[in-house]
Amino acid sequence: MPVREDKRGQERVWETRGSLPEPMLPLPFTVRKTRKETHDTYTLELQSESRPGGLAFAAGQFNMLYAFGVGEVPVSISGDPAAPEVLVHTVRAVGPVTRAISGVKPGDMLGVRGPFGTRWPLEDALGSDVVVVAGGIGLAPLRPALYQLFRRRRDYKRVALLYGARSPRDILYRRELGRWDKRPGVDVHVTVDHATEGWGGNEGVVTALIPKVEFDPAATVVMVCGPEIMMRFTVIEFQKRGVPSEKIYISMERNMQCGIGFCGHCQLGPYFVCKDGPVFRFGTIETFFGRREM
Amino acid sequence: MDRRRKPKLAVWKFSSCSGCQLALLNLEDELLQVAGAVDIAYFPEASRAVAKGPYDLSLVEGSITTPHDVERIKDVRRESKYLVAVGACATAGGIQALRNFKDVNEFVSTVYASPEYIETLAKSTPIADHVLVDFELRGCPINKRQLLEVLSAFLHGRRPNTPPHSVCVECKQVGNTCVMVAQGIPCLGPVTHAGCGALCPAYNRGCYGCFGPMETPNPEALSEQWGRLGVGEEEIVRAYRGFNANAEAFRKEGEAREKQDAQS
Amino acid sequence: MPGPALEPGTQVVMESSDLQKFIDVLWRKGYHVVGPTVRNGVVVYDELKSVTDLPAGWTDEQEGATYRLKKTDGKAFFAYGIGPDSLKKFLHPPVVRLWRARREGAGFQTVEETEEPPKYAFLGVRACDLHAVAAHDRVFTSEEYADPSYARRRRDIFVVAVNCAKAGNTCFCVSMRTGPKATVGFDLALTEILEGERHYFVVEVGSETGAAVLREIPFKEATAAEKSAAERVIAATAGQMRKALDTTNIRELLYDNPEHPFWDEVAERCLTCGNCTMVCPTCFCTAVEDVTDLAGETAERRRHWDSCFTEDFSYLHGGSVRASAKARYRQWMTHKLAAWLDQFGTLGCVGCGRCITWCPVGIDITEQARALRDKGRIERPSVTVGEHASP
Repeated sequence: MPVREDKRGQERVWETRGSLPEPMLPLPFTVRKTRKETHDTYTLELQSESRPGGLAFAAGQFNMLYAFGVGEVPVSISGDPAAPEVLVHTVRAVGPVTRAISGVKPGDMLGVRGPFGTRWPLEDALGSDVVVVAGGIGLAPLRPALYQLFRRRRDYKRVALLYGARSPRDILYRRELGRWDKRPGVDVHVTVDHATEGWGGNEGVVTALIPKVEFDPAATVVMVCGPEIMMRFTVIEFQKRGVPSEKIYISMERNMQCGIGFCGHCQLGPYFVCKDGPVFRFGTIETFFGRREM
Repeated sequence: MDRRRKPKLAVWKFSSCSGCQLALLNLEDELLQVAGAVDIAYFPEASRAVAKGPYDLSLVEGSITTPHDVERIKDVRRESKYLVAVGACATAGGIQALRNFKDVNEFVSTVYASPEYIETLAKSTPIADHVLVDFELRGCPINKRQLLEVLSAFLHGRRPNTPPHSVCVECKQVGNTCVMVAQGIPCLGPVTHAGCGALCPAYNRGCYGCFGPMETPNPEALSEQWGRLGVGEEEIVRAYRGFNANAEAFRKEGEAREKQDAQS
Repeated sequence: MPGPALEPGTQVVMESSDLQKFIDVLWRKGYHVVGPTVRNGVVVYDELKSVTDLPAGWTDEQEGATYRLKKTDGKAFFAYGIGPDSLKKFLHPPVVRLWRARREGAGFQTVEETEEPPKYAFLGVRACDLHAVAAHDRVFTSEEYADPSYARRRRDIFVVAVNCAKAGNTCFCVSMRTGPKATVGFDLALTEILEGERHYFVVEVGSETGAAVLREIPFKEATAAEKSAAERVIAATAGQMRKALDTTNIRELLYDNPEHPFWDEVAERCLTCGNCTMVCPTCFCTAVEDVTDLAGETAERRRHWDSCFTEDFSYLHGGSVRASAKARYRQWMTHKLAAWLDQFGTLGCVGCGRCITWCPVGIDITEQARALRDKGRIERPSVTVGEHASP
């Protein structure tokens, strides 16, 4: 690694120390499988011929996905960190790039840069109760954390998943949710904002599910991902119940473009959401979170 | 995008000078590429051959000034999957929108020998006032590189790179000297939508606002600065009464200054 | 050439008549020499081959929203204040192509842009701009990743600083502790001195590379009188400086007053045109654009300067997080004077005053900071910025 003496003896390293030798260059990944999750959301499985081992990642991290000639967007990784050889992303088609990514077929290629960002606090949570709260597509970045919680189930105390979707047809990973619900020692509750005919489950906001689960406020880690307003109310509810801000984690979203803190777009107060986040300890960003136009 | 069939392109003209359509013909080097990528199905300015609709992409030039236009643009919309308004006329009403500030019947009776044959609307209005517009490409005339970018973006399903920020950002990117700061020349650049490549300041002229208002314009603050440079209210009104006189931010500032001028 | 040992801190004297030789040596050593020159009514940085290209006999008058070049009958090469350009134009250019890609079957191949930029030597760099380069070093090279484009351009630069002989009316480097004397980040630093008929430079050595260049041109040891002449120039400049920005608890001041009506007042004047961010030597934000040819066979990604004053900058789910001018000005000023400290351990403002001169309506960051200090309040003596979630 070339090191140069800067003027007046300051040492500077001019080359990247991160895991990506060329952080700006997308790596080609081939689409192996696609699955339609809901009317507008798709899950893709990607593999790289040049990197058969895949990309090692931690639950909570994201990649920049590039559709040839269309553009690049940040998408959280929704697969299992224990099986990194297959890269799994769940994408909701909302703009030109996500539409192009959602429209890929097996055999097509996408560019991948990453993984970037911070992880869910699965180590901090060892020995504690864990409540995972997801809203809409926010379940996708939490799924890798759930996989890890289930794998090491005995290392945690009570584990609960509270999930809110807009309507029954917006529910993500429907079959998996059913399987998780049947697992011993995992308390799964699902609600929808607007029930449609045939829906026999909960109706209402996700915070209404909180009273359904038991946890020890003094020894609980809460992980939340969803729209900002949903996260705001969820955090308030847990704070009311005595969970300290230091034990509540949320995953933020901003206009990430470079993924490594150079482009400046994703700033939130002093933080770059791409590298200081997306997963933040709530206590860390409390001052800046939810402030209008921050 | 279906890769087997070339998308059908149509180019329509309403009240305009045809300058924006010429930008397409002026592509020269790239025109063959365009012809290779799309099927030019309707383009009276360039070819008499007419293929029937529906069209995948319609470029619409010109503003709506007659009752007939009002009906015709609805037909165009019905025949078009994707409709792009091009140029100041189609996106703001054009220079002919100066009529909006006066009584058009007075003009008609002064200009035409037999005014009874003239059927015109009181105002010249942009396409988006009448039908849903999928994208607006600004400029008087439009910039041919930007047109190419819009075509390319449409073909590949991406968002066109036509930033709506000020001309100042372009000036700084190409290394122009700021004519307002360094020479005291009144310039509309800070309130004007980028896209021309900061053409006028590159030749030591102030920006004329050909691309209309930028995304979040503050013409009031700019007018005050112009005042400090010695520009009178009347001149300020005239500056905003150009090709984009009817664009909301420019229209409002022009009207506000006109009122002040009348009071002074 | 025999002479004094040239170590960092050594001061020698170079006669102004040897400046051309100096420039020639730099070219001969393979540098692409860039220096100040007059173009279109302003002093800009551009390729420099001859001393006759330097702005001798020119100075400038600057105020908020005003820059005027003035002819003088002086001989000084560097009697002007900084123009709109900084080294940012060269080390972090307005537009950079990051890579190209070509479609291949169902996939594509990417090729990174690896074109070697010229090895730049910059002549006439002011202290504020050296601090700006140091700030960019922190942004682009001090974390886990180094920006390849910046690192390539920055790595081998040669810097000849010039200590300012005149304070511009919009300068406030003294209060930011970034000038007018160049103290870091140079290979050689010149102080230009005119005494009667004599025109010479006191040259301070900043690095061994600088010493090596110096050894190839005529110089002599600086006398005590010459050294103190140089000091007087710098002291006089510092004494002339009218503007100041009080940085006491500046971070807390900004963090504690995000909803103050003060921001509404400045938003009424702000054009959100982005000029301040373009001329700022430390503003580093960029946006990428992905483009294709019409046939869709080739694609490329370009990165260009962006500004936190644009709507797209904070675009998220069909809207802008910072929709109002108030929020954008607040973001910019809070970033410069507060968040930078948390992010990079230094303020994002070097006191060059460009944002004041080149703001089309003359918004003055020093006056804004003063107004906020007068009106706002600091709730906490010091904001605790919590630790980050584990990376």
